[in-house]
Amino acid sequence: MEQLFFAFLTIVIGVAAAIGYFYGSNLLLDMIFPSRIPDTARASENLRKAALVRPWLFLGPALISLAVYLVYPLFSSVVYAFLDRSGENYVGLANFRWMIQDGEFRQSIYNNMLWLIVVPAAATLFGLIIAAMTDRIWWGNIAKSLIFMPMAISFVGASVIWKFVYDYRDAGSEQIGILNAIVVAFGGDPQIWIALPFWNNLFLMVILIWIQTGFAMVLLSAALRGIPEETIEAAIIDGANPWQIFMKIKVPQIWNTIAVVWTTITILVLKVFDIVLAMTNGQWQTQVLANLMFDWMFRGGGDFGKGAAIAVVIMIMVVPIMIWNIRNARREMEGH
Amino acid sequence: MHATKLSPLTIVVNLTVLLLVALWTLPTAGLLISSLRDKDQIVASGWWTALTTSSQNGIYRAPPASAQVEENGQFVIAGNVFDGKGGTVSAFGININKPADFEPGAVAERNDGSKLTLQENGDFRLESPKAFEGSRGDRIFFTSAVPPRFTLENYQTVLNSEGIGKSFINSLTVAIPSTIIPILVAAFAAYALAWMKFPGRSILLAVIVGLLVVPLQMSLIPLLKMYNGVGAFFGVPAKGYVGIWLAHMGFGLPLAIYLLRNYIAGLPREIMESARVDGASDFEIFIKIVLPLSYPALASFAIFQFLWTWNDLLIAMVFLGSGDNELVLTGRLVNLLGSRGGNWEILTASAFITIIVPLCVFFALQRYLVRGLLAGSVKGG
Repeated sequence: MEQLFFAFLTIVIGVAAAIGYFYGSNLLLDMIFPSRIPDTARASENLRKAALVRPWLFLGPALISLAVYLVYPLFSSVVYAFLDRSGENYVGLANFRWMIQDGEFRQSIYNNMLWLIVVPAAATLFGLIIAAMTDRIWWGNIAKSLIFMPMAISFVGASVIWKFVYDYRDAGSEQIGILNAIVVAFGGDPQIWIALPFWNNLFLMVILIWIQTGFAMVLLSAALRGIPEETIEAAIIDGANPWQIFMKIKVPQIWNTIAVVWTTITILVLKVFDIVLAMTNGQWQTQVLANLMFDWMFRGGGDFGKGAAIAVVIMIMVVPIMIWNIRNARREMEGH
Repeated sequence: MHATKLSPLTIVVNLTVLLLVALWTLPTAGLLISSLRDKDQIVASGWWTALTTSSQNGIYRAPPASAQVEENGQFVIAGNVFDGKGGTVSAFGININKPADFEPGAVAERNDGSKLTLQENGDFRLESPKAFEGSRGDRIFFTSAVPPRFTLENYQTVLNSEGIGKSFINSLTVAIPSTIIPILVAAFAAYALAWMKFPGRSILLAVIVGLLVVPLQMSLIPLLKMYNGVGAFFGVPAKGYVGIWLAHMGFGLPLAIYLLRNYIAGLPREIMESARVDGASDFEIFIKIVLPLSYPALASFAIFQFLWTWNDLLIAMVFLGSGDNELVLTGRLVNLLGSRGGNWEILTASAFITIIVPLCVFFALQRYLVRGLLAGSVKGG
C-alpha cells in the first residue's frame, strides 16, 4: 500500500515538473518580452526577440537529454575504450589487443554475424509470406493479430516461453517440452536443445524471429496494399500466374519497405542481449557482443575499458546503417 | 483478390496460414495453460495433455505408528493416498523398484508380515498382527490416473511469496512516467522542428535521425560513471526512479521526435497561420491546436514507449537497484530463471504476469500501434 502511494506520488511529481517547466518558461518569456502592450513598436520588437528564444525553450529539455544520454556517451565510450578497468589510466590499444586474442570475443563476433544474417532474413521472409497470404483469406486480420502478438511480449517473457518449448527430460521419462515430445513421438532421442553447440544459436534466434515477424508482416502488408491495382490487373491479363505476379510485380515495387524492415531488425539484433542472458548467459558457445559487454561491465567488479571497447565495436557495425538512414531522411525532407 | 470459390490455391493458403498461426500462438498458449495447471501435473505430463486424464507415479507416506488402531487383534492404519483430491489408482506396489506389482484391491504381503490393500479410489489399509513402530510411516507406491485439474494456486504463490506482486508495482512506477514525460518533451521539440524557424534546424533533424540507431550499449558505461558521480556529489543513491525515467526519456526521444515531427509537419499550414494572425503565441498554438490534433500520433508513440519501458531489462538492470523495492518484473523473472529454473509452476505463472499487461495494451490499442508503425517506417522508405 505504502509503495503504491509512493509510486503514485512520484508519477504525479514527475509529470507535474515537466508540465511546469514548459508552462513556466513560456510565461517567463512573455513577461520579459511583453508583446501585448500599447507601444506597438516595442511590442513587435519584443515579439521578434521572443521568437528567437522560444524554439530553444521548446527544444531545450529534448536537446539536453539527447546530449546527455546519447551524444556525450557516444564520445565518452570511445575514450573509455582506451582506458583501464577503472576508467582512469590510459592503456592505449590494450583493450582492443585483448579483444582480438580473446576466444570468447571471437566466438561472439562469429555468433553475431550468424544472428545478423539469419534473423533479419528469416523475419522479413516470414513476414512477407504471411503478409501476402493473409491478404487473400477472410480471416486474415485475425491471423495477423495473432502473429503480431509476440511483439508485445518482453524478450525475457519470450525466453521463458521458449525455454518451456525446449525443455528436456531424460530419455524414457515423459517430455513436457513440446519440441522434445514431438521428436520422441517420431522415434528420436530427446535433446538438450540449448546446450547443443552451433544449433543452440539457431534455437535462440528462433525466439527473436518469432517476435519480429509480426513487425515485418505489418509493414510489408501495408506496402503490398499500396501497390496500384492496375499493374496487377495488367499482369493478370497478360496471363501471369500468382507466383509470377508476386515475385516479378509485387516484390520489386515494395523493395524500399523490405529494406527498411531489414535494417530495423538488423539494428535490433545488434542490441539484443536479453534473450541470450535469459536462455544460456553465453554458455555452450552462444555468446554475443551485447551480452559479452554486459558481462564485462559487471564481471569481477566491472571492467569499464573492455566493456567500452566492445560497445565501440557494436557502434562501428551500426555506422553504415546510420549514414544510410540520414541520407534517406534528408532526401525525404527535400521532397517535402 | 477475394476468391469466393474454393480453388486448390485457396485451400493451400488457408492451411498454410493456419499452420503458421498455430506455430506462432502455441508457445504462448502452452505457457498459459501450464500456469493454470496443478504443479504436480506440470512436471508429470505435457501441457497439451492438460484436458485428458494423465497417469502418474506417486509415492504416499502413510501416517506414523501413532495413528494405528486395534481391530479384532489386528493393528490397522487406514487413509487415502489422494488426501481427498480424487484420482483413480491403476496399480500399486510396496517396493520402489516395482511400483506397479499389484492390481487395485489386491492384498500385498510385506516382509514384516503386514498386509497392504489399496483400493481404486485411493483408500488404503495396512494390517499387521503386531503393533506398528517408528515415527515415520511406510511408503506406498502407486500409479494413478489423475483427472485434469486447473487452479489459480500458482498465481497465488508467485504473487505472495516470490515478490512478483511488488515487482509489478515497480514496473508500473518505471513505465508510466517514462511514457508520459518523454511524450510531452518530444511533442514540444517536434513542433519547434516542424513549424518554428531558427538556425540549425536541418542539422538538428539529421542528428536526431542519426541517433535513432545508436545502440544503447554505447551509453551504459559513461552514464553509469556519471550517475555514480552525481550520486556521490549530492550524497544520494546513484540508482533510483528519477534516474531511470530520465534514461528512458533520453533513449526514447529520437524515435518520439522523429515520429511526432513527421506527423505535426503534415498538419495543414492554414490553421497555424490563421491562429498566428489572430495573435496566438506559439505556446498557445501548440497547446490549443497542435496537441489536440496530434492525438493519433501521440497515442501510437505512447503505446510503443509503454511496451518498450515495461519490457525493458537492460536499463533497469543497469540504472535501478536490485533490491526488493526496485526490481522490475523482467529482472525478477531473470532471477527466477536462475534460482527456480526447474520450478515450472513458478516460472510459468510469473512469466504470464509479466506479459499480461503488454498483451492487454496490445490487443486493446493494436490499431494505433499499427498506425504508428506505418507512419514511422514506411514513410522513411
